[in-house]
Amino acid sequence: MGYVAVRGGEDAIRNSETLLALYRRRGGRASLQVQQILDQMRLAVDRVMAEGSLYEPTLAALAIKQAEGDLAEAAFLVRAYRSTLPRLQGTPMLPVERMRLIRRISAAFKDIPGGQLLGPTRDYTQRLLDFSLLEEGTKGPAPDPPRVSLNGDGQETPERVSTYLRREGLLPEPPPAAEPPVDITRDAAAFPMPRSARLQALARGEEGGMLALAYSSMRGFGSVHPTVAELRVGYVAVQVRVPELDLPVTVGEILVTEAELICRDELQEDAGTPARFSLGYGFAFGHNERRAICMAILDRAMRAERVTAPAQDQEFVLQHIEGIEAQGFTNHWKLPHYVDFQAELAQLRSRRAVERPAAEPAGVPA
Amino acid sequence: MSYSFAFLDEQSKRAVRRALLKAVALPGYQVPFVSRELPISYGWGTGGIQITCALLGREDVVKVIDQGADDSVNAVNIKRFLQRTAGVATTSVTAEATIIQTRHRIPEERLRADQILVLQVPYPEPLRLVEARETETRRMHAEADYGRMYVALYEDIVHHGEITLPWQYPAVVNSRYLMSPSPIPRFDNPKLHLADCLFLFGAGREKRVYAIPPHTPVASLAFEDYPFRAEAFPGRRCERCGSGDTYLDELILDESGRRGYQCSDTAFCLRRRQDPSVARGWGEASAPGTPRGAEA
Repeated sequence: MGYVAVRGGEDAIRNSETLLALYRRRGGRASLQVQQILDQMRLAVDRVMAEGSLYEPTLAALAIKQAEGDLAEAAFLVRAYRSTLPRLQGTPMLPVERMRLIRRISAAFKDIPGGQLLGPTRDYTQRLLDFSLLEEGTKGPAPDPPRVSLNGDGQETPERVSTYLRREGLLPEPPPAAEPPVDITRDAAAFPMPRSARLQALARGEEGGMLALAYSSMRGFGSVHPTVAELRVGYVAVQVRVPELDLPVTVGEILVTEAELICRDELQEDAGTPARFSLGYGFAFGHNERRAICMAILDRAMRAERVTAPAQDQEFVLQHIEGIEAQGFTNHWKLPHYVDFQAELAQLRSRRAVERPAAEPAGVPA
Repeated sequence: MSYSFAFLDEQSKRAVRRALLKAVALPGYQVPFVSRELPISYGWGTGGIQITCALLGREDVVKVIDQGADDSVNAVNIKRFLQRTAGVATTSVTAEATIIQTRHRIPEERLRADQILVLQVPYPEPLRLVEARETETRRMHAEADYGRMYVALYEDIVHHGEITLPWQYPAVVNSRYLMSPSPIPRFDNPKLHLADCLFLFGAGREKRVYAIPPHTPVASLAFEDYPFRAEAFPGRRCERCGSGDTYLDELILDESGRRGYQCSDTAFCLRRRQDPSVARGWGEASAPGTPRGAEA
């Protein structure tokens, strides 16, 4: 089957799709159920929701199934679906300060009011392949994890660690929230972007790209050496405003990850005040700590006093962590470029003729 | 299925030991090595673990601390890993250990000649502060071209009135190589000077090891008019053992934000509680910062 120009393209595409469907279901075994992906690939689902910029676990799981596990492709599917949804309204700000915590740690202080809760984490596991999973039976559902929470029913969520530093004047007060925040999916972005737009772009950025840039900043191209003041994973209520009612109404809850990172360098807007720390903020749909930490580092890096490294340059960062765009453009090089390449060929041959007329045969092959 | 003694295969461990021999022969010089993947994530002490695994024999007694504490989760996890893969004995008593792996601290209790301290290193390159590129920092080390580092410290003083580096405070080893002591606080820098023990430094992700052999002079960077100063905790004492000469952790005690202080070195704190007269043994100001020019 050749990759040939161009007529009969429709047939070729249809045949390719049929083939792809056969590849997806190869092996002759029972179809992978979306519910199984939801249950047992929860972190993949969370990543796809974040990069897909849509909190809908079932659709994310479906996308993973459809994309045969290619998470970039799955996020693309979700993003594309997102384009079909109307924006009914902006919710009131998520009450993250009332999160029901399933995990909460601080790397800044050994003891914090409200306590630390390790929760479900691989941080302190040893990455030894568990060969027993090769033989794990298909029968007998395992028990569901217990609903362990740092602040169970009716209990208050502990105050953030950053609150204590703020009270002492060691951290600036958070800048006032942009109301309403910029939505880069609705408003064309321009540089320099306001912070709400930057945070949105980071929240749906491609994780690998964010990791690379955040890593560059902590490694030496930039100077963000963060301390994790607090990392939280938990459930947050989502509220909507109903026109007939005065109160916001809770319509459900979502699992989120939140990171607050302290950096010792001062912010641009902080010049002239007594010495204090600054804070980077990270947030992710679902359970994804790497993502939240990278976002917090980049949020902080892009507020640097002077731009001396790529991670501090918001144009550089925000243009390139946009994974759906980046992979689309990268993949697009597979598209036919016969015409432009022909133009390049012609140009090159002409240049050669000018440079070394004697060496070039008069009749250039067409 | 089973794994080799101390996880890594023997060839890999030998490669680490060869790099370590070179490191000991060239104090403070960063020796590249082939860092292997471990079942513990990069950034969590893989450089230190590879050194420890390469050195371990069946008779060794290992202590692992993280931020000074034996019971910190990362330390416990690394200790568990070493127990599981090498079956060695572990201890939290500093004097009992033959190999001590540590992150961000040097124990308060002076180490003996028969003990090795293995430090986990995130940033082996002290010049990264002034130069991002590896090609350039290698050249600077080769030529002992450390002027930019002094200029950076000078600018720090001009801007802030003092040198603001809180940890990973660079030092010159044996009057030759500028070295990062890993993210230990300044408080611990003087312990590196003319010590009895061997210090080994491992950076897994950056693929470098380096060493300070026993009795090697180590001078923290300073100027004649701006001498090296370690952190102090004036008026503070450990709430558990009462020590006023140890490095203290700050704790938030309650919702009002009230603070408390405790020894960061939990093993030493325990000893002091049993016997308040136990000395640290490192001496007071065992290595005052060497003024510029004096180290030559």
